[in-house]
Amino acid sequence: MIEVRNITKRYGNLTAIDRVTFRVDKGEVLAFLGPNGAGKTTTMRILTSFIPATEGTAQVAGFDCAEQPDEVKKRIGYLPETPPVYQELTVSEYLAFVGQLRGLSGKELTAGMDRVMERLSLGSVRQRLIANLSRGYRQRVGLAQALIHDPPVLILDEPTVGLDPKQIIEIRELIKSLTGSHSVILSTHILPEATAVCQRVVIINGGRIVAEDTPDQLSARLRRSEKISVTLRTPPADVLKRFLDVAGVEHVLATSEPHTVLIECALGRDIREEVARFVVGQDWGLLEMKPVSMTLEDVFLKLTQREDSLPKPNDGTESERL
Amino acid sequence: MPPVQAIIAKELRSYFVSPIVYVVGGVFLLTFGFLAYLYIVFTGAQAIQLMQMQGGTAQINLNDLVFRNLFASMRFVLLLILPILTMRLLAEERKLRTFEFLMTAPVRVSEIIVGKFISVYLVFIGMLLLTTLVPLTLALFSDFDWYPVLTGYLGMALLGGFFLAVGLFASSITENQIVAAFTSFGLLLMCWLLAGLGSLLGDTPAGHVVSYLSFMEHFDHLVRGLVDTKDLVYYVSGTVLMLFLAHRVVDSSRWK
Repeated sequence: MIEVRNITKRYGNLTAIDRVTFRVDKGEVLAFLGPNGAGKTTTMRILTSFIPATEGTAQVAGFDCAEQPDEVKKRIGYLPETPPVYQELTVSEYLAFVGQLRGLSGKELTAGMDRVMERLSLGSVRQRLIANLSRGYRQRVGLAQALIHDPPVLILDEPTVGLDPKQIIEIRELIKSLTGSHSVILSTHILPEATAVCQRVVIINGGRIVAEDTPDQLSARLRRSEKISVTLRTPPADVLKRFLDVAGVEHVLATSEPHTVLIECALGRDIREEVARFVVGQDWGLLEMKPVSMTLEDVFLKLTQREDSLPKPNDGTESERL
Repeated sequence: MPPVQAIIAKELRSYFVSPIVYVVGGVFLLTFGFLAYLYIVFTGAQAIQLMQMQGGTAQINLNDLVFRNLFASMRFVLLLILPILTMRLLAEERKLRTFEFLMTAPVRVSEIIVGKFISVYLVFIGMLLLTTLVPLTLALFSDFDWYPVLTGYLGMALLGGFFLAVGLFASSITENQIVAAFTSFGLLLMCWLLAGLGSLLGDTPAGHVVSYLSFMEHFDHLVRGLVDTKDLVYYVSGTVLMLFLAHRVVDSSRWK
C-alpha cells in the first residue's frame, strides 16, 4: 500500500532524511518511532505529496507521490503535527468543509460526519466553535478530519499528543480497530504507543532508519541475557555475592530499590525455580519475583545512542519548515 | 459541492464571524457617506452663491461636483482598507498550520486562490452595493446623469478587484498578517506613484508606458464615463497577473 524506496530529503546542506526505505502492506499499522527531529514529519510530508523528495521514490496505493499527487491525496487521510482546524468554525461546519473538499456531498457527507463524530465522541461538541475546545478535543477533531472520507491510507503525525490518558487509550483502540481495513503510519516518540497498537516498528534517528521489525522481535534481538528481578523482605548485606552461589547465575546487580536485585543468566535458561528455592532456603522473605524483558524503550535508547556517536546529518529543524 | 464553492462558503463564514468585515465595512461606509455629505454640502453652497450672483435657478452639475470627487477620494480609501481584508487570506493559513491541510487535500492551488479571491471580492461588492444608497437618495431630490455614476461604480469594482488581487499576492508571501498588509500598501502606493513618474517623463514612449501602468488614469476615464477597452484590459490583466503570482508563490512553497 505504501512503498518508500531510498528517499532522501535535503534542505540546502541539511539532510533531513537519508535513503529511507520501508513499506506498509494493506491493513497494517506501522509505527514510525524516533526522537524529535529524526525525520518523521519530513517523511510523512513526502508521503502526503506536500513536499517532494530530493531523491528516491515514494508510492501510495501504486501512485507516485511526486508524479501523481492528486491520486495520492484522494487516498490519504492525514493528521499533521498541529491539528489543522479553523478556530472560527464549529466542529460540524469544519467537518462539512473538509468533507466537501474531499468531494463528499449530500447523504454521503452527512453519513461520513456522523460516523467520525460517533467514533471520536464529538457529538456533544458538534455545535461548538473550535476556538473554545480543549487541546484534546481539537486533536480529536483533527483525527476526525483525517477519517471523514474513509481513506485506505492514514498518516498520523503524533496522534495522541495533548490527550489525557483515557483519551489516549480510546484513540489507540480506534487505531487498532483500523487494522486490517486500513494501512496506517503513525509517528510517535512515545514507546508504549508503538507496542500497543502497531504490528511493525520502524525506528528512525538522525534521518536514517536504524531498525525495522515487530516490537517483540526488536526487543528479543537486542537482548543478550535473561534477567529476573527479585524483591526480598530481609536481604543480607552481601546479597549480591550470595546469589552467585545459585547455579546458572552470571551477574547480580543492585537496583534503585534497596530490597530489589536484578539477577542475570545466560540467554535461553530459566533459573527462576532455582532462585526461588534458594531464597526460601535462606529465609530472606521472598516478596516478588518476575522476569524482566527488555522494553522497546531499552531497544530504542540502545539504537539511538549508538547512532548518536556518528556525525548527525540533521539538527531537528525539519518541523519548522513549510 | 465543488471545492471552489466549499472554499468560498468557508471564507465568507470566516469573514462574517470575525470582526474584520464589520470594522472594515463600517469604516468604508462611514467614509463614503461622510465624503458624499461634504461634497454635497459644498456643492449646495456653491449653488446658493451662483443663484445670488445670477438670480433665478442655476444649473449645478452633480456628476462633476459630487460623484467625480467622491470616486476620486474613494481610490485612496480603498487603498487603505482593502489590504486589511486580504491580509489574512493566506498568511493566516500558514500561521495556523492549516496550509498543510489545504495542500494535502485533493484541491488544486488554483482552486484555493480563486476561491479565496472570489470570497473577498464578494465581501467588497457587498460593501460597494451598500454605498449605492447615496446616489439613490440623491436621485430623489435632484437630477443627474446616471451613466457616469454607473461607470464610476464599474471603475471602483475593477480597481477594488485589482487591489484585492495585490493583497492576496502579498498575503501569499508571508505568514505575518501585518507584513502582508504593509506589503500590499507598499505595492499599491508604488503603483499609484507611477502616475507622477509618468507625468515627469512626459510625452515620451517611456512616459506613456509608465503612465499606463499606474491605475490612476484608467480610473479617471471610467469616472468621467469613458468606458475604454484599454482600461478594462488594464484592470482585468493586472488582477489576473497578481492571482497568477500568488498561485506561483503558493505552489512553489512546497519546493523549498
